[in-house]
Amino acid sequence: MATLNVVAPGSIAMADFKGKVDPDWCPGCGDFGVLAAVQKALVELQIPNHRVATVSGIGCSSNFPGFINTYGMHTLHGRSLPVATGLKLGNHELTVLVTGGDGDGFGIGCGHFVHAMRRNINLNYFVLDNQIYGLTTGQTSPTSRVGMKTKSNPYGNGDTPVNPITLALSAGATFVARGFSGDQKHLTELIKSAIQHKGFSFLDIFSPCVTYNKDNTFQWFRPRVKKLEENAEYDATNWVAAMEKATVWGDEIPIGKFYETTEIPTLEQTEPVLDDMPLIERELYIASDIAKKFVEELM
Amino acid sequence: MSQTFAIGIGGAAGQGVATPGDIFALIFSRRGLHLNAYNAYQSIIRGGHTFLTIRTGVDEVRSMGDGIDLLIPLNQDTMDRHLQLLTAGGACIYNADTIKPGAAAEGVQLCALPVSTMADITRNKVAQNTLALGAALSMMGVGFLSLESVIAGQFGRKGDAVVKENVDLARTGYDFASAHFKPFDKPLPLTGNRYAVLSGNTAMAMGGAAAGVKFYCAYPMSPSTGVLHWMAGHGRKAGIMVRQVEDEIGVINMAIGAAHAGVRSMCATSGGGFALMTEGLGLSAMAEIPVVAINCMRAGPSTGVPTKTEQGDLWQALGAAFGDFPRVIAAPLDIGDCFTLMHEIFNVTDKFQCPGIVLCDLLLSEGRLSVDPKLLDFNPKIDRGELITSNGDLSHGEYLRYKFTKSGVSPRAIPGLPGYTHTVASDEHEENGVLISDEYTNNTKRRAMMEKRMRKMVGIEAMVPPPVLEGPKDADVTLIGWGSTDGTIKEAREQLAAQGITANQLQIRWLVPLHGEAILRILRSAKHTIIVENNFSGQFARYLRSETSFVADGHIRKYDGEPFMPHHIVNAVHDQLAGATTLSVPTHEVMV
Repeated sequence: MATLNVVAPGSIAMADFKGKVDPDWCPGCGDFGVLAAVQKALVELQIPNHRVATVSGIGCSSNFPGFINTYGMHTLHGRSLPVATGLKLGNHELTVLVTGGDGDGFGIGCGHFVHAMRRNINLNYFVLDNQIYGLTTGQTSPTSRVGMKTKSNPYGNGDTPVNPITLALSAGATFVARGFSGDQKHLTELIKSAIQHKGFSFLDIFSPCVTYNKDNTFQWFRPRVKKLEENAEYDATNWVAAMEKATVWGDEIPIGKFYETTEIPTLEQTEPVLDDMPLIERELYIASDIAKKFVEELM
Repeated sequence: MSQTFAIGIGGAAGQGVATPGDIFALIFSRRGLHLNAYNAYQSIIRGGHTFLTIRTGVDEVRSMGDGIDLLIPLNQDTMDRHLQLLTAGGACIYNADTIKPGAAAEGVQLCALPVSTMADITRNKVAQNTLALGAALSMMGVGFLSLESVIAGQFGRKGDAVVKENVDLARTGYDFASAHFKPFDKPLPLTGNRYAVLSGNTAMAMGGAAAGVKFYCAYPMSPSTGVLHWMAGHGRKAGIMVRQVEDEIGVINMAIGAAHAGVRSMCATSGGGFALMTEGLGLSAMAEIPVVAINCMRAGPSTGVPTKTEQGDLWQALGAAFGDFPRVIAAPLDIGDCFTLMHEIFNVTDKFQCPGIVLCDLLLSEGRLSVDPKLLDFNPKIDRGELITSNGDLSHGEYLRYKFTKSGVSPRAIPGLPGYTHTVASDEHEENGVLISDEYTNNTKRRAMMEKRMRKMVGIEAMVPPPVLEGPKDADVTLIGWGSTDGTIKEAREQLAAQGITANQLQIRWLVPLHGEAILRILRSAKHTIIVENNFSGQFARYLRSETSFVADGHIRKYDGEPFMPHHIVNAVHDQLAGATTLSVPTHEVMV
């Protein structure tokens, strides 16, 4: 299959990643910006569409795979990461992107989120975080702020929001970053770095919901977001510094790469079964001398 | 009926019941004998009560049988519970220092071992086990040499000193018995055959490996964990990726992901874990990604009785996940079949791109059986169905992942190929995979897609063989069972025949599709039908009625956690033929 990967330099264009249908997101939704940034990153990295798999859960942002031309999987609510893990282990030569929302990833799928990061499998997890449930018409999400009034919490949310960045750092993610749909150029660079990183890349992306979240709008984020890359003193290899920065929230909200380490091997590197070839290329039948030994053990 | 010899070894968990059990099993199989072993145990690591029955004979041993010939109680509790199982000609070997014998039946030999005078028990806490092992084999007429070689194999990795200590102990027990105890009437036979001894869990794991499984993942759950253990221990040699995963929801979805990449993928669990997997099974059906999930049933509901057997999950499997979708469900008939069934069900699920469910149970999963090693065929016929694995001619039109076809099966392109990019979907979709659930809702397309998927059941039914009636055609009684009860019902039929009642048997292996018409043709001419199953409500009886309107004359059910013994079925058949009842619930006489 390796010969299929050869492409002429520069031959991959935005049109190659255009999906079969146009997104049905609300006009002005933050997700449009994320989709464009992902497509742009894949073009800039010149990865052919048939070598990319996009796996999502369920929700507005989880309709993502249908709007980009790659091998896509639209799975169950909260289950994108285990499906993507199986897919990646079945063929680890594919670039696997996982997309979804904050409810999908930090609510119903939070258990998988933590364990996927522990494994350091080479997945790229992009959460389109709008701090609300959109497709179910506006309920509190795990990242909704305290006090936020929604249809499911008319008197205001009382639960402390999940901090995806500190959670990812403490679960062992080897690439942790935050982007903003309103800053295309910066987001595209983050996506490219995430894809190039070997290991689990987590990217929390502010992708405002223009219909149900009247608090965390583009206008609210724009003056607050501050790029870590513009701070010359910030060291993204320092885990403790990353933890500290991740707790900053208010007038200033840091975006950019919080942390990256290449010192931890990926799951694919530590699994000898994947050493010589992807699982999909293995012989169906087990070698007869090995099979014979398996039976002799029982005698 | 063929001659068998059964040994019962019992004690508290942690007292070392397993090791003498393994040694007996190896000695029997190396003498060319068949064996069937069942361990009644509890969900406790130390303490409680464990009782292992190993039954051996020249011919196939289909069940644990009805009684034992030799009892080795490792504690007083076992002596008290099980001495009553021995009848004339039987023997009990026990440590006279710590155990008082009860009142044995006439003709039972009580063999007291003065353990403290035979071994240094302050150093070796399990000396009594090895002494009893030696004594037993002497009484069974087995030469000491064969015991010595098995002990060397068993303890070899612990070093020469441990091997020597155990060989010496066994020798002491052996010689003591030769001098003091009466040997059994018939010495243990010897044949030139060689058998492999394995559990159902090992058989299903090996069967999966032989079927070409390349991805296996699981969350530990009794009694399915043995599948994970075999896979974990052999995966690297076999080129199989084996993962322990955070929960069963993760398990099924990972298996689906790997299956979508194009590899055969499998997982195993028990009822509780299977419940968590059900939404994923629906995804497998909707996205048309084949996956096989094994449910090793234990006594439920809820956490239930984790170490006890039941056939109580049939309706859970039938109704697993919401909505209508094609599925196959099969129940292996015995431990050998646990191996064979795996490649068969994978061929069906691959060909028809749907989920497959294997309904095994604790009796088979954790029981052990001798099988002809030729049965463990690592070159079975593998049919992966319509799979597009190379780009071939790129001039094809738009690739339609869910193309409408007569069979309902649409050729499946494996991710990574140029020219076939598509999105598989858990939402309803049209032929090209585009969702028709949100913006483009379309009832005509929805209906067509439902019918395309469900059409696959026609092909599945043609591929899966209908059940066949075993035994005399005009029998007095027809016993109907499914899955693991096969061997016990067969043995019950032999006992009934010896008592002048002819019985035939309809054992169901493929539950979905059921082949209702074929079953009806068989049952319509039966004289008296009785359904035998290990559950309370007659789950199969209800299923059979729902599919065929057939109502059996009687039922034999057991839901105390233990499997049927042949005499349970025999006695119930007598009662029912005499008109005493139409529902028998046999009592498990021994508390295990």
